[in-house]
Amino acid sequence: MPKYVMVIDVEKCIGCMACVIACKKENNVPEEYFRTRVVEEVRGEFPNLRMELRSELCNHCENAPCIDACPTMASHRAKDGTVQIDRKKCIGCKACILACPYDARYSHPKGFADKCTFCDHRLKEGKKPACVETCLGKSRIFGDLDDPNSEVADLLRKYDSSVRLEFAGTRPRVFYIKKKFAGGM
Amino acid sequence: MSITRRDFLKIAAVTGGAVAATTPAIKSVLALGRKPASLPQFVPTTCEMCFWRCGAIAKVVDGKVVKLDGNPIHPNSRGKLCARGHGGIGLLYDPDRLKTPLINTGARGEGKFKKVSWDEALGFVADKMKKIKEKYGAESIALLTHGTVSTYFMHLLQAFGSPNFAMPSFALCRGARGVAFEVTFGEDVGNPERLDLQNSKAIVLIGSHLGENAHNSQCQEFAEAVGKGATVIVLDPRFSTAAGKAKYWLPIKPATDLAILLAWINLIISEGLYDKEYVAKYTNGFNEVAQAVKEYTPEWAEKETDIPAKLIVETAIVLGKNKPNVLIHPGRHTAWYSDNVQRQRAVAILTAILGSYGRPGGIYLNPKKKLEPVFLSEKDYPDHKPAMNKGKYPFAGEEGVTHEIVRTTLTEEPYPIKAWFITGTNIMKAMPNQKDTLNAVKKLDLLVAVDMMPYDGVMLADVVLPECTYLERHDDFFTVKERSFGISIRQPVVQPMYETKPGWWIAKELGKRLGLEEYFPWNTFEDFLKMKAQTWGIDYSELAKKGYIDFPESAKPYLAPGEDYKFKTHSGKIELYSRELKEKGFDPVPRYTKHSQPSEGWFRLIYGRAPVHTFSRTTNNPSLWELMEENVAWVNAKVAKKMGLKNGEYIVLVNQDGVKSNKVRAKVTERIRPDCIYLVHGFGSTSKLLHRAYHRGADDQQLITRYAIDPIAGTVGMRVNFVKITKEV
Repeated sequence: MPKYVMVIDVEKCIGCMACVIACKKENNVPEEYFRTRVVEEVRGEFPNLRMELRSELCNHCENAPCIDACPTMASHRAKDGTVQIDRKKCIGCKACILACPYDARYSHPKGFADKCTFCDHRLKEGKKPACVETCLGKSRIFGDLDDPNSEVADLLRKYDSSVRLEFAGTRPRVFYIKKKFAGGM
Repeated sequence: MSITRRDFLKIAAVTGGAVAATTPAIKSVLALGRKPASLPQFVPTTCEMCFWRCGAIAKVVDGKVVKLDGNPIHPNSRGKLCARGHGGIGLLYDPDRLKTPLINTGARGEGKFKKVSWDEALGFVADKMKKIKEKYGAESIALLTHGTVSTYFMHLLQAFGSPNFAMPSFALCRGARGVAFEVTFGEDVGNPERLDLQNSKAIVLIGSHLGENAHNSQCQEFAEAVGKGATVIVLDPRFSTAAGKAKYWLPIKPATDLAILLAWINLIISEGLYDKEYVAKYTNGFNEVAQAVKEYTPEWAEKETDIPAKLIVETAIVLGKNKPNVLIHPGRHTAWYSDNVQRQRAVAILTAILGSYGRPGGIYLNPKKKLEPVFLSEKDYPDHKPAMNKGKYPFAGEEGVTHEIVRTTLTEEPYPIKAWFITGTNIMKAMPNQKDTLNAVKKLDLLVAVDMMPYDGVMLADVVLPECTYLERHDDFFTVKERSFGISIRQPVVQPMYETKPGWWIAKELGKRLGLEEYFPWNTFEDFLKMKAQTWGIDYSELAKKGYIDFPESAKPYLAPGEDYKFKTHSGKIELYSRELKEKGFDPVPRYTKHSQPSEGWFRLIYGRAPVHTFSRTTNNPSLWELMEENVAWVNAKVAKKMGLKNGEYIVLVNQDGVKSNKVRAKVTERIRPDCIYLVHGFGSTSKLLHRAYHRGADDQQLITRYAIDPIAGTVGMRVNFVKITKEV
């Protein structure tokens, strides 16, 4: 079983938002909903500032609270290790949406829970997720962490990484790396 | 990258790169009892969501475009598209699109449109044109134009006998840069700019907000340079996204950029940080420059710019140490003040003394490839009265000067202008001083708009001719001058929706009704393209399949060590001191000009771009609108606190001439100087037919009632307006 992960090189995100809309078009995400976002965080006071742009999406957690919360097993771990939702089994109870500490899920107007799939339909064709493919800054990097020759394995060996809300114990598969101080003077 | 070049070729071979038609459903899918789905088809074309012109590949299912992706073999996209590129689907399926020809039945500008047939609309326009020609001469018809549609309408107007056209891209955008680099290096830096960002060790951005300005390949290379540890220096009154990547953010007082540039030139020369060999071999006038900039000390520059002298020195050393792998970004929209050309000249001089033109990490050289020009027709244009479109500006470019069209229309000097064609340009949002524009429009006998959407400018038209989108038409080949030369094709990926027609068809049909058939000696535009390809020795079907053909042998990005190189200037050398400018009565070396600053309680209005929008063109696009429905007014946090302004609160901006903006939300932020207000350009549409964009956000152009003019080239300065904040919404 592969261990698909996404590494986000925060420094290389230029906030172009191409990922957000590529994801929407690729996955036919309904109006007003998003499966991924870019968060802007600014610290300091004029003129001593620093800014971080952070892509956020479903973390495909190894210890996924959404799977635990789902009463019908619609939220489940797929064979490729990613966390997926079986729309036919979903009863729209929204328990998973509340259970997710990352605000990664939304209730689809058609009545089921929805979120990032790591573009599993593309993975099956040997492609990368749509957001990764179009990322202008090559800030989003995707691959199999179990493959020691993969770019993601290389990056996570070389650089310190962090995950969102580590204390939640969810063991996310989306990692953030910062190669050096990024910010103003 | 998910589609490899090989994969893509395989796909393209199946689809033939032609207009996608529905394919028969696959039986095995039917057997599952599901709705039959057609195999997707992939058609390459050239994007037009901005003017970077990336290679795009449309995924078409059952005759509907479901996804757009970057063409991996196109150097402007490299397999990626920006947000707007992906949002092209939103333009195609925007229910607010212009669908049929329209004739205004009310007063000019009332927008009381009735639907008419193409025959009626074109007949109406042709009749009016003939009458105007009879009474005033063909020169009395002017064209304000932008984008690919210009090709056909410039041709039509010239065939009719008018040389009077103007594109906003010159005086209102990159004209000043072009002139400055032509004067200095003998050529402009190109479009897309020939910037070797991916190899830059130090990068200076002067107001260029890469990332927010999402020019695809340039952003890709900028991020790559940042990832490789390039030292980024950003001069910007606003902490832009790019400033967030910078080691040095220099929050410069607006209108003083030239001071820091001159101080840098002075320091780099006086501290011996310049590229001595390069300067000796390739440049003219070094001593004159050295002498002229002596007065511009870092201490003097500190007083002008608010940037500490210590930092000016420190950053000059960074530039000197990293030479020649330094990129002083030449900018793009450079229509700022009355001294645009001189400011851009300082950028060019700095580039030259650091030895970075024709060097890795600087500005790479044009590829070497010459193709025989192929004209839309071989027939000569008729004689005409002297053109008025360049005014009295000795260095005005071939694209013309927009405000000269407005001025001539208002004054009728040197002769009356009685009709405007506006094609692919929103005159209300592109041009400053909307009152002048509206007064000029009132004087016309005919106003024709050719566009895809009912933009503000289109609403003023007597006749509206709906063009189909870039996804539904052929256009002329794009010659791409990246590191190597290449040719890109635009071809329909679906058939035109509604009654819309390609620009070439509209011009040709109008030409027919004006007795100008001979100027359109081809049946369809594809016929013309095939002929052109044949003349150039290019396999048209290969181009249609791949979307792009590259000529790798044309690449010659860098000067070889010690190479004798002839620049395209009069002297064959880089003109640090410009004899050409001197001869025309201008400063041969840039001198500092002081511009006025806002007094207490007033703010300078500055403007820029958002990554999800292209000017006013996309504000109604459903795919992009949901990412940014309206703009916000950036207000410094301390200013806001003093005024009791809350983040997200609606405010109104009032300019020095009493013009009030739409209500706009305040973005209270540390990311801007206290003496500026920043708006993303293009919002606050007045067109009721744009249901999403109508009255959303504030229109910066509405507040730009005053503008400066650069006497060298007639380029415009639009950052000369001051605004006040009021809470009365």
